[in-house]
Amino acid sequence: MTISHTESERRKEELITPGGTKSETLHPLVELTTTRVREFVREKEAVFWVFVFPVLMTFALGIAFRNTAPDKTLVAIEGSAVDSRVNEIARVLSAAPEINATVLSASEAAQALRSGKVSIVVKPENDAFEYRFDPTRPESRSARLIVDDVLQRGKGRTDPVKVGEEKVTEPGARYVDFLVPGLIGMNMMGSGLWGLGFTIVIARSRKILKRFAATPMRRSHYLLSFMLSRLVFLVLEVAAVIIFAWLVFDFTVRGSWLSLSLITVLGGFTFSGVGLLVAARPSTIEGVSGLMNFIMLPMWLLSGTFFSSERFPQVLQPFIKALPLTALNTLLRAVMNEGASLSSNWIPIAILLAWCVISFIVALKIFKWQ
Amino acid sequence: MSTQTSPVASKFAPVSRPVALRCSGLVKRFADVTAVNGLDLEIFIGECFGLLGPNGAGKTTTVEILEGLTAANEGTVELLGQHWNTSADRALRERIGVQLQETQLPEKVTVVEALRLFRSFYRRGHSVDEVIQTVALEEKRNARVGKLSGGQKQRLAVACALVSDPELLFLDEPTTGLDPQARLSLWDIVEKFRERGGTILLTTHYMEEATRLCDRVAIMDHGKVIALGTPAELIESLGADQIIEFSVTNDLADESLTNLPAVNHLHKRGEVYALTVAEIGIALPALLAEIKRQQSELVTLTTHQATLEDVFVSLTGRMLRES
Repeated sequence: MTISHTESERRKEELITPGGTKSETLHPLVELTTTRVREFVREKEAVFWVFVFPVLMTFALGIAFRNTAPDKTLVAIEGSAVDSRVNEIARVLSAAPEINATVLSASEAAQALRSGKVSIVVKPENDAFEYRFDPTRPESRSARLIVDDVLQRGKGRTDPVKVGEEKVTEPGARYVDFLVPGLIGMNMMGSGLWGLGFTIVIARSRKILKRFAATPMRRSHYLLSFMLSRLVFLVLEVAAVIIFAWLVFDFTVRGSWLSLSLITVLGGFTFSGVGLLVAARPSTIEGVSGLMNFIMLPMWLLSGTFFSSERFPQVLQPFIKALPLTALNTLLRAVMNEGASLSSNWIPIAILLAWCVISFIVALKIFKWQ
Repeated sequence: MSTQTSPVASKFAPVSRPVALRCSGLVKRFADVTAVNGLDLEIFIGECFGLLGPNGAGKTTTVEILEGLTAANEGTVELLGQHWNTSADRALRERIGVQLQETQLPEKVTVVEALRLFRSFYRRGHSVDEVIQTVALEEKRNARVGKLSGGQKQRLAVACALVSDPELLFLDEPTTGLDPQARLSLWDIVEKFRERGGTILLTTHYMEEATRLCDRVAIMDHGKVIALGTPAELIESLGADQIIEFSVTNDLADESLTNLPAVNHLHKRGEVYALTVAEIGIALPALLAEIKRQQSELVTLTTHQATLEDVFVSLTGRMLRES
């Protein structure tokens, strides 16, 4: 106690010495950005969601959709095990290495087909076979071809022409290669919107914004500091996922690192701008959460994070292409998977730039400081 | 009758002192309530001016209009010779210091970091270490805001307002919710600022705070100033220096009390009678005799020196009866 007391006494004396009016502070933009960064790294939950969560997500999805040996075709044979025709079908199908066949009762088979446990149900019908399957399911359609081929050959069909096969599974064309850029894009959107939206709305509800508005601080500096601090984390955030995917899934970036960096920066700025816009007016966490979900959910679904957005109907395509996440995902995939140059992708770049500039300007205009 | 032209205000209105802040005819209406309803103020350079009133009197709205944070529906504000909403707003903000009611600074930054941030917004001002010393937070220099006590947080809020070395300091209920010790140390800071020639506008609903700190006080109620003067003048305006508060078993007739010698005013709050008296040596024996005469008995009895609290009670009491 006495030590700390004298320590503070000594410091006091130092402080009283004249000439201490020179400010030791930096430019307000630097101070604001540093404050942002400090607030973030001192918030453990935020660090988890921004860095650990995307890596876990990459891992889980990469494992779930990994390309190991091709999946076996799952087939149900309807009937009872004492029926000789059923046994005959089971014997023929089980002999084929790519098929996994089980004998099920009629109701069990129907249930298994409905729930996707089997892709097709085979039923002996006098001397013929009946196939029951859902033609809108790709795996059912291919199951029909495979099963039919095996059963017809078992009955003695022969091929008129011999074919040779070469099996190729290349890194760069696997699902995980498609997935990683999408996850990076989605994560950039999420951390931009949540990171900015929440922080700003909390600052508004705690009257910190109002307090800042009472100082000569330039309002654009405050908003810019959010965008700059996002950049600091963006580098780490993107690197974490890429390095992880490289170590675990042998993921490679085919394009130039410079192009990738530029796209990442542009994407980071864009979603910071959108985050600012979302947070421009709400004064409660509930309000901003609703707004953010309203904006993010369509993009999660439409912008091609988990599957290509080309699958959506043609009429929706212009709208989907104009979404910032679609543009970002397209660019990330072009650079990471195809090694494309930026100049050949100027349309999505222009879309991102437009979102970035317009949302920042509008946010600055409509921003509510109290 | 307009309460703004109370005898106190007109009798003591000082002439030709340099003005730091002047507003006239301020009106601020919200959807459901008129928070400020025709307010005039004049604050002189170098004085500590108190805006006193109950919660909901319109103090905070008034202060935020003066600080340029809220736009008034009507009226004008002149601050250090300037008006708000001009191209010179930022220059004007350089010259004022603001502590808002209920600002919660970011919890995760430290005292010195928060002050460095605020200091960076101003072209000139004190060094961060100087203000840390002024508000006596040296020990907490590197503590996070979230770990500070209520009093320390409030001192930090005031430090953020002082870091620019402002000419005019706004303090909105700086000691609300603080313990007596913390309140005293904040009063110290305010007094030091004033000694160095600073001008202060302070809102409070603690009458003793206004009495201790303020050179002049405006008492506000329902968005209007209902009395203005030095604390001593306001108390003097009661025409009395003692208050007798008592309760009795059987109710007493009002006139029987106001007719007692040396009694100026009666105010009833529930069971409690409050008599404003000029000379307690005459009034008290007369009161006791009167209670006995009406065959009632004393339950409680206290007397105290008249305070601003009594001024407010007497003023709002009269106001309520008039309306």
